[in-house]
Amino acid sequence: MRESLNRLLWPLLALGLLLVVNALFNRSFFYVALVDGRLVGAPIDVLLRGAPIMLTALGMTLVIATGGIDLSVGALMAVAGSVAAVLLVQYQSSLGIAILASLTVCLLAGLWNGVLVTLVKVQPIVATLVLMVAGRGVAQLLTDGQIISLSGQPGFAYLGNGLLLGIPVPIWIVVLTAIALGALVRVTALGLFIEAIGGNETASRFAGLSVRAIRLFVYSVSGMLAGVAGLIYASNITAADANNAGLYMELDAILAVVIGGTALTGGRFLLIGSLLGAVVIQTLTTTILMTQVGGASIPPEYNLIVKAIVVLAVCLLQSKALRGMLLGKRGDA
Amino acid sequence: MSQPLVEMRGIVKSFPGVRALDGVDFTLRRGEIHSLMGENGAGKSTLIKILGGAYRPDRGSIHLNSQPIQPASPLVAQRLGISTVYQEINLIPELSVAENLSLGREPRRLGMIDWRAVRRRGQEMMQRLDLNIDVTQALRSYSIAVQQMVAIARALDENAGVLVLDEPTSSLDAAEVRQLFAVMRRLRNQGLGIIFISHFLDQVYEVSDRLTVLRNGKLVGEYATANLPRLELISKMIGKDLAAVKEMEARHGAPRSETPHPPLLAARGLTRRHALQPLDLEIHAGEVVGLAGLLGSGRTETARLLFGIDRSDGGALNIAGASVARHSPRTAIRRGLAFAPEDRKAQGIVPELSVRENIVLALQGRRGWFRKLSVGRQREQVDRFIKALGIATPDAEKPVGQLSGGNQQKVILARWLAMQPRLLILDEPTRGIDVGAKAEIERLVGQLCREGMALLFISSELDEVARDSHRVIVLRDRRKVAELHGHDIDLQNIMRHIAAQPEGSPAAEPARDPAAEPEGNHA
Repeated sequence: MRESLNRLLWPLLALGLLLVVNALFNRSFFYVALVDGRLVGAPIDVLLRGAPIMLTALGMTLVIATGGIDLSVGALMAVAGSVAAVLLVQYQSSLGIAILASLTVCLLAGLWNGVLVTLVKVQPIVATLVLMVAGRGVAQLLTDGQIISLSGQPGFAYLGNGLLLGIPVPIWIVVLTAIALGALVRVTALGLFIEAIGGNETASRFAGLSVRAIRLFVYSVSGMLAGVAGLIYASNITAADANNAGLYMELDAILAVVIGGTALTGGRFLLIGSLLGAVVIQTLTTTILMTQVGGASIPPEYNLIVKAIVVLAVCLLQSKALRGMLLGKRGDA
Repeated sequence: MSQPLVEMRGIVKSFPGVRALDGVDFTLRRGEIHSLMGENGAGKSTLIKILGGAYRPDRGSIHLNSQPIQPASPLVAQRLGISTVYQEINLIPELSVAENLSLGREPRRLGMIDWRAVRRRGQEMMQRLDLNIDVTQALRSYSIAVQQMVAIARALDENAGVLVLDEPTSSLDAAEVRQLFAVMRRLRNQGLGIIFISHFLDQVYEVSDRLTVLRNGKLVGEYATANLPRLELISKMIGKDLAAVKEMEARHGAPRSETPHPPLLAARGLTRRHALQPLDLEIHAGEVVGLAGLLGSGRTETARLLFGIDRSDGGALNIAGASVARHSPRTAIRRGLAFAPEDRKAQGIVPELSVRENIVLALQGRRGWFRKLSVGRQREQVDRFIKALGIATPDAEKPVGQLSGGNQQKVILARWLAMQPRLLILDEPTRGIDVGAKAEIERLVGQLCREGMALLFISSELDEVARDSHRVIVLRDRRKVAELHGHDIDLQNIMRHIAAQPEGSPAAEPARDPAAEPEGNHA
């Protein structure tokens, strides 16, 4: 427990720092109000816009914990949106079927990643690179490279823009997914197995764990959660945009996991940390968009650079070696 | 008497929760080989890491040639002439010997690496160890022993006065050990002070002039090797009285009558290309079968085939009456097998996970994802084994990676004992662990076997194999060359079969080179 708190310390500090910046330069950030039964304000906006990062980061956490990585999540977001749009618009299928079909496609895509990694023994970064490239290609083929508008689909729009008890639906989806996934890994022995495999795969195999099954599982979950994120995104912009949906999302998800205190080398993982990491990333984006310097807003071009600097800072803070150097000690003990 | 080369006085070093060294004095003289003895956790590694600049002491002083020094980093220590060679060889196998020797400090001419100088210097450095090898060959084309010597040559700067060898012999065979010892004696005679750490008592007695014994971070004493009988040394290391140690040493596996029951495990012509020639093997319940042989003789390969890690190319395997065709660790475990691998760190423990998680791993693996052991049940099991095996850990939640080697081994044993296996395969269970833990593991082997468990005991410490086994299978060059029963099981016999010497000729006894005896003063 204490160990978990230690790992959460730095992302919490990063978030705190961002909030302080907002408190100094950007008071309106904290403004939350109930307008027409809908909660509005920057904090709500952060959670709403951050939902896709949070969902993909949850899946990514499990994959990274086994010592792998999943680069295909961004492309799978595009696939999910495209499959749903094609079914809804061109085939007039029901909402349920469209959602089910796109999530199934993404689950199978994740399973495919898992098969490449476990059975064909391709390195995870290469195996998922295949779908990162091919997935977006498939999405573009499905939509003929066009943006398919979903404006005539009120049911689908509810996913990304709807409200439940005054809170946007995507936030509900994130919370419920996180709880379900957390329960799945911690109430069962799955979490232990994942951490054991990430900590020492050979030892885990020799102890009789079904390393393959667990790998297949985590990649499948990652694929499916990317699908959920893709549906929310498409609903949010009421369109399936195969070119831009989920673009660079894999990087944001990986960053969220790393900021959240799960090592890229695998082993111990923290789902709540990854959620926090995603919130840090999204808060940063929102902060940059809202902050006024000398009466003018910061041009959005700075967004990526500032993001990189903050990510670097968080990673440096987490680095034991650097902390040791600053404290004048070497990596003893 | 030689004058002190290194004097460490009142060294104190604490880590969170442990006082690793508590006011330890240590003196190394010129021209001596000085063994540092103690159980795991006694403080040996901490002491040499302080001398080698990897740790800084909390208190205490270090003098080198009567000058106070503060080795603040390994580099500083190296410049002061203190060279350390660790157990793992940190060289690049693909590069040539000469390139390895010059790596990072290549002689240059006009800004280009002077390859001729690299070769010449490499040759000179190896000749200092009296080793004439072709330094242009890739390092990996040489035996581990030679690679080790290259590591030593690399560590020895021209100005080196102190050489620290941490477990240098653990992956060497007997001939290679002799070769290493010849080099050590040569360097000693050149006036170096050598600190030697080894778990092999025979080697310590063969090569060292003096011993310093540590226990629980405290100095027990310094002795001339010749004046300290072996049993006395052991009693000093484990802090038990002599009588108890003698009793431990005297214990012998009682010869067993042939069991009428069908064997628990039977292999017929089990084979795998490049690993094992067709092997017949039977193991009965309640029996300890020893597997003896040199490194690479097929010991570990046999264990891997039995446990389903590697697939056999031919032969039949029968476990508990059922024929086994396709086999994996998972199915082997289902059939009641357990395997404690040789390379504990790489194949046994999950260092980041806690003692508790490591112990329940196999048990939970058998139960599957959904039938999770309740935390209460886990605790109960884990506490029982921590107590029964005497695992030294402040609590069950400590990461296993932070325990000593002996305790890590006990954690792996606990993992398997919790499964109540029918056959436990122990591959080098006592490697790199202290004398006390070794004795405990040997005792455990005897006890488990009396309770009806079958054990396959693999060890390169032949006296252990001889002492603990009811039957010994000797392997040489991936082939079974002998199977010894009852009274035939003794050290000489096993060694004769390993060495492939005809009956009656003297067993290989490492001869001491008279020219390499201590020569007294160099100061």
